[in-house]
Amino acid sequence: MSTSVEIKDLSLNYGTVTVLDRLNLEVGKGEFIVLLGPSGCGKSTLLNCIAGLLDISAGQIFISGKNVTWDEPKDRGIGMVFQSYALYPQMTVEKNMSFGLRVAGMPKPEVDARVKRAAEILQLESLLQRKPVELSGGQRQRVAIGRALVRDVDVFLFDEPLSNLDAKLRNDLRVEIKRLHHRLKNTMIYVTHDQIEAMTLADRIAIMKNGVIQQLADPHTIYNKPTNLFVAGFIGSPSMNFIRGDLTGGALNIDGASIPLANYEFKAPMNGAAVLGVRPEHVVVGEEAQKMPFQVESEIEIVEPMGADTIAWTKLGGQSLTFRADAEVRLVPGQKVLIGFDPGRGSVFNGESGERI
Amino acid sequence: MSSVSLPAGIEPSGPRPRHVTATRIGIYAFLLIAALFFLIPLIVMIMTSMKSMSEIRGGNIFALPMQPTLDYWVKAWSSACTGRDCYGLAPGFFNSVKITVLSVPVSIVIAMINGYALSFWRFRGSELMFAILLFGAFVPFQVLVYPIIFGLSRVGLFGTLPGIVIVHTIFGMPILTLLFRNFFASLPVELFKAARVDGAGFWRIFFSVMLPMSVPITIVAVILQVTGIWNDFIFGLVFAGRENMPMTVQLNNIVRTSTGTVEYSTNMAATVLTGAVPLIVYFVSGKWFVRGIAAGAVKG
Repeated sequence: MSTSVEIKDLSLNYGTVTVLDRLNLEVGKGEFIVLLGPSGCGKSTLLNCIAGLLDISAGQIFISGKNVTWDEPKDRGIGMVFQSYALYPQMTVEKNMSFGLRVAGMPKPEVDARVKRAAEILQLESLLQRKPVELSGGQRQRVAIGRALVRDVDVFLFDEPLSNLDAKLRNDLRVEIKRLHHRLKNTMIYVTHDQIEAMTLADRIAIMKNGVIQQLADPHTIYNKPTNLFVAGFIGSPSMNFIRGDLTGGALNIDGASIPLANYEFKAPMNGAAVLGVRPEHVVVGEEAQKMPFQVESEIEIVEPMGADTIAWTKLGGQSLTFRADAEVRLVPGQKVLIGFDPGRGSVFNGESGERI
Repeated sequence: MSSVSLPAGIEPSGPRPRHVTATRIGIYAFLLIAALFFLIPLIVMIMTSMKSMSEIRGGNIFALPMQPTLDYWVKAWSSACTGRDCYGLAPGFFNSVKITVLSVPVSIVIAMINGYALSFWRFRGSELMFAILLFGAFVPFQVLVYPIIFGLSRVGLFGTLPGIVIVHTIFGMPILTLLFRNFFASLPVELFKAARVDGAGFWRIFFSVMLPMSVPITIVAVILQVTGIWNDFIFGLVFAGRENMPMTVQLNNIVRTSTGTVEYSTNMAATVLTGAVPLIVYFVSGKWFVRGIAAGAVKG
């Protein structure tokens, strides 16, 4: 896979504030990369740098092999879709989509052909003569995507495109974007703070915090082998259980129990303070728990029925533990149940640095 | 309100019945009185302008004219003496029109471009530029009169129509730039970014994207400038030159010219005529005017 976008040692400072710190990222051709992180982590800033809308402090940006570090946004071969749609309110859908082409002085038949094609792909044919105010949120965002589409660019940049939509529309449009990517096979860089969007859309996810990429990997790896406590806690809902204890002789000792870690693949064995991360859905209850390497009797504190499943809160060695049970399993607060999990499926982190071990 | 006891058999349902309360009556009475109070000067002026001099001397200022006449209006417009000349206010009116029609578009176009550049094309020192411009709004203009006379006369524009237009443009700039900058700052910056990704430059974004969206704020700016420039006295007096004296200066001359008796009727008619333009602007565009004041006040 050849490289589509390459970012080398990119830094951005506002005065003494460092927003991006010597960031490196390589995006393959046709790859769907999601930049995910809490607000203020620099993910939108990074996207704006790639687009050329922000002047960077240091580093280089290559798009399709060309150094575009000093190029104007229009010369970078990118199309961008914004959270607020950013449609030109006084122009019709057609004029909105063709604006960039008209600015470039493209002949009218060619402009019309491209708008027609984009409108077909996005099912906007019947709306071409409408003004943005006459469109629904979902339609507006489709027009915004169309505006990027007509320009026939190599790289699509999405800046939280679905955040202004309601939940149902967001799901629909998410699938549409995925379908679009399958059809067009363009490189797409997508910024979001929504982990569901990230998990479902991405070929690879870059999790960012304080202007630094914490982990760049496919969704499966991100979810199952998070590289540090931040990534582990950020991905997953309800979030991963963290059990703090003392790691000695291949077992994690907590208050009143010892969790064997014999089948955990350590990167480098160590002793000392450690944190075991266990996904709520990896904890089982009742008969199934008896088959697990680690079992413990515990008391249910709170039950949250979600419909598809039930989230239960309990305690393990004085530390809070949530688990996801089948909706058919009857759980009531105060009930004593046997829970169990396989520590080998979990993640162990260094108690001080928070890094995976 | 919950302590009101309902007559037996009435169950509250649907919209609550509205009662005329004492508070309401009080509010309307106050508003009515306030409105009348502020209308009194105008009413007295219009009535007085229709009275003969003997009636004015003999009667009460609130009395209706016994034999209403428009003669004084005609006189004020076409034959009242402003100093040595006796052509009435008409020349002044047309001078004011000339000054306003030229100054308003020039100042607004420049301010609009200023505001656009200051909110979207941040350059090194743009904040400082804006601060200096704002500071200009607080400098008493009397301080600047002499330096500007000096400057304009050096380039030969003192006492000319372009001279007064330049002066109005300069003095309108701080408040108008503030108005437009705040308006553009309220637009989503993503719109600007989208246009840049689409390849539009400074002017293309201005004309194709920003200008069509600025109609409301431009109306506000036109109102501010038309009333401001029309009501101006000191700049017209100092900078316009004898040929271009605006209506306000002519009015002053009519009222001050005293050969024999002071002709109140003519003075009143002339004053109402001079005030008519801003008055009409206020009446026609009240909503926009209030919006303009609010727009200038909120967001820095």
